[in-house]
This record gives sequence, C-alpha cells and structure tokens, in this order.
Amino acid sequence: MIPAALEYVRPATLEEAFAALADPDAKAIAGGHSLVPMLKLRLARPARLVDLAPLGLRGVAVAGGAVRIGALTTYDDLLSLGEEVPLPGALRDCAAAVGDVQVRNAGTLGGSVVHGDPASDLAAGVIAVGASLVLRSPSGSREVAAEDFFLGPFATALAQQELLTELVVPVPGPGEGSAYVAFEDPASGYPLAGAAVRVGPEGCAVGLTGLAAQPLRAPAVEAAIASGGDVGAALEGIEILEHDGDVEYRRRLGAVAVERALAAARARAEGSVGG
Amino acid sequence: MERVPVTLRVNGEATALLVEPRTLLVHALRDELELTGTKIGCDTSQCGACTVLVDGKAFKSCTLLAVRLDGAEVTTIEGLARDGTLHPIQEAFAEHHGVQCGFCTPGMIMAAADLLARDPDPGDEAIRHGLAGNLCRCTGYQGILASVRAAALALREPA
Repeated sequence: MIPAALEYVRPATLEEAFAALADPDAKAIAGGHSLVPMLKLRLARPARLVDLAPLGLRGVAVAGGAVRIGALTTYDDLLSLGEEVPLPGALRDCAAAVGDVQVRNAGTLGGSVVHGDPASDLAAGVIAVGASLVLRSPSGSREVAAEDFFLGPFATALAQQELLTELVVPVPGPGEGSAYVAFEDPASGYPLAGAAVRVGPEGCAVGLTGLAAQPLRAPAVEAAIASGGDVGAALEGIEILEHDGDVEYRRRLGAVAVERALAAARARAEGSVGG
Repeated sequence: MERVPVTLRVNGEATALLVEPRTLLVHALRDELELTGTKIGCDTSQCGACTVLVDGKAFKSCTLLAVRLDGAEVTTIEGLARDGTLHPIQEAFAEHHGVQCGFCTPGMIMAAADLLARDPDPGDEAIRHGLAGNLCRCTGYQGILASVRAAALALREPA
C-alpha cells in the first residue's frame, strides 16, 4: 500500500509550521505510527505533511513541580528515563503497554494524544495523573487538562492550526501512587478495556480507555473507590462504544482493570515519599 | 509530485536518494537501492518482516517515510555481515534452526540486534517480549528463541 501523492514540508520553526498548517489540507506528522498507516489505507489524504521532527520538541525536563515532556518524545525515550525522573508509575505502565519495541521506538506521546484513538493506552494515563497539554497556535498558547481534551473517536480539542508541544505532568506528591492495567486485543494489541488509577492523600483519579467513545475520567468510579462501593456498578453509567468484543464483556474487563490498577497504585503509594 | 533529495547512510555507505514524499523506506530500500533482504510482509506494521535499524534502533520500514530520514544511519540485513563473515546473530540463526521458510528472518534478526544492544543477557521472557513485534508464520519460535539466546552468548563471549 502506498500513500496518495503529497507534498512534504520541513519547517525550521514553530512559526513556519503554523504557516504551513494554515492550509486545511495540511497535516502535522510526529512519529507517524498512527498517521502513516492511515495514509497507506488512504483513510487520510492530506495534500501536505508538515514534519514536526525538526522543531526540538523531543525531550523531558523536570521544572516547577512538573515533568515536562516534549510532544515528540517517544515511548522508548520515556521508558529509557532513569528512576530519578519523578514520572508517575501509570505513565511508565502506559508506555510499556504500547505495541512492540518497533512501535515504541517511533511512536510519540504527543502524536498519540492528538490522534485521539478511543483505545489509546496513554490517554488513560495522562487523564489519571492530572496532566495538562500545552497547545500552541499563531495566536498564543493555552493549557488544556487531559481530561477535557478527548471529545470523541479521533476527535480532540486541538484546532487545525494548533500544535501540542508539551505534556505537563505533576510530580507525584508524598503518599501518591499510580498504575495502568489493560486487557489487550490479542491481534491488534489495543486495549479492549484499560484503566489508569492514581491514589493519594487527596483521593483518587481514574482514567478509562478502550471503553467509551473517547478516553475519559470516571468520577462515578472514583466515588465508588472512595466509599468502598462497587466499581462494576459505577461503570454501568458509561456508554460503551461498540467495536471489538461484546459490550458487557468489555465493561466487566473494565471493572477488573480498575481493581487491579487500584491495587497496584496503592502498593506504589505505600511508603512513597513523592517525587 | 516533485521528488525530494534525501542523504543518508545505508549499511555504512553515504547514499543519495531522490524520492517522492510518499515513498516508504521499505520501497526505497528494495526498489531504489535493490536491498531486497528487507521483506514486505503484512504491510500494516504488524508483522515486523520489514524491520531495519535506524540510528541503531529497530523500526518497521513499511511505516516510515523515506523523506524523513535525511541524515539517518540505516542498517539492513545486508549490512550485518563483515568481510564475508556472518554477524553472530546470523550465525546463531543458521546454527540453531532459527530459520524455516526464511521470510521473517531478516526482520527477526534486526529486531534481535536492537534487543541485544539494550540487554546483552536477556532471559527467555525478555527475548519473547523484545520480539513481540515480529511474527513467524511457520511458528518457528522455539528455534528463534534458541538462536537469540545463542547469539547473546556469542556476543558476550566471542570465541
């Protein structure tokens, strides 16, 4: 399979990238591991590709109580970080759950987030750890909470001329822990149901993926966890997107994923002195 | 569509390509450079038959656009042997029955090269995990596992 003919733009600066993206038929490319398969199937047919690789958006820095992850940082980059980088456990779990080594070498965190796949591993993680996303455009910069970013299958809050440049992840506080657990489709590797859970002195946060039309935060599940209630019952309120696997089966997998992620997050929280 | 010049190193040699922006690396390697050791299997980034090293790491070349590789160092299966002597991973695959029909073999070996560069002494679990992106439709996984184990040993303790 060969993509349709297209033009290639290699901007040297963000401003040049914005200018190229003013064309509604232009599409930004990061790792390309979601986009190139779509180009090959001709599910996406942009007239031009704007390559974000030259823009220096790859790398991780710890500043101001947050781990700031450049949008073009790959899953492999993230997994290669030393333990001294105070990255929430759930994000390491998400990166490790993605695809295979070839995919993790190429796939980027920012690319995954803006692709908006309803079964993205990473999406559950960034929601649960309370990450915010830095979106830049010719008119400036805004930060959107990860939990507000995903709007539907492959639909996000990102505007045409906007670029996700950074993921800002709060450094875990004392007594905090997080984890991600997914049940993968054995053929595709994508989660049939996945849950990221963060626990700490201030309560818990739950991000779900593979279940609804978009990755989402689940306050009803959080309330059930806080009160020692029934997580499965709390998932009844979520409308499950029909794709692979029976809807009720996936809902039950979701409950098990939440319980297991919760147990792992609590184990990590125990004795955690924070980042 | 206008062709774009790309300068990269392929198997240690400076290489100039003139490619359409839509050209996939695997096609540039096979069709332009006649390096047909790299196979096209599923063509959907599932099977790993097209795996090559880019700057030392394993990538599926059916999912990379050649135009983006300006300045990169690409190694294919043809680049592993030195002066007519097989690379220890190739040697191990031949010796330990890691090859059945052979179609997945170049990709398996390149993925194994990435794995062994990260982890010179992987256990079976780590080998299985490291090769999860490569499928062998002959199902010859036990031989492949034995080959990678032997290659790891050979690389750690050259004879």
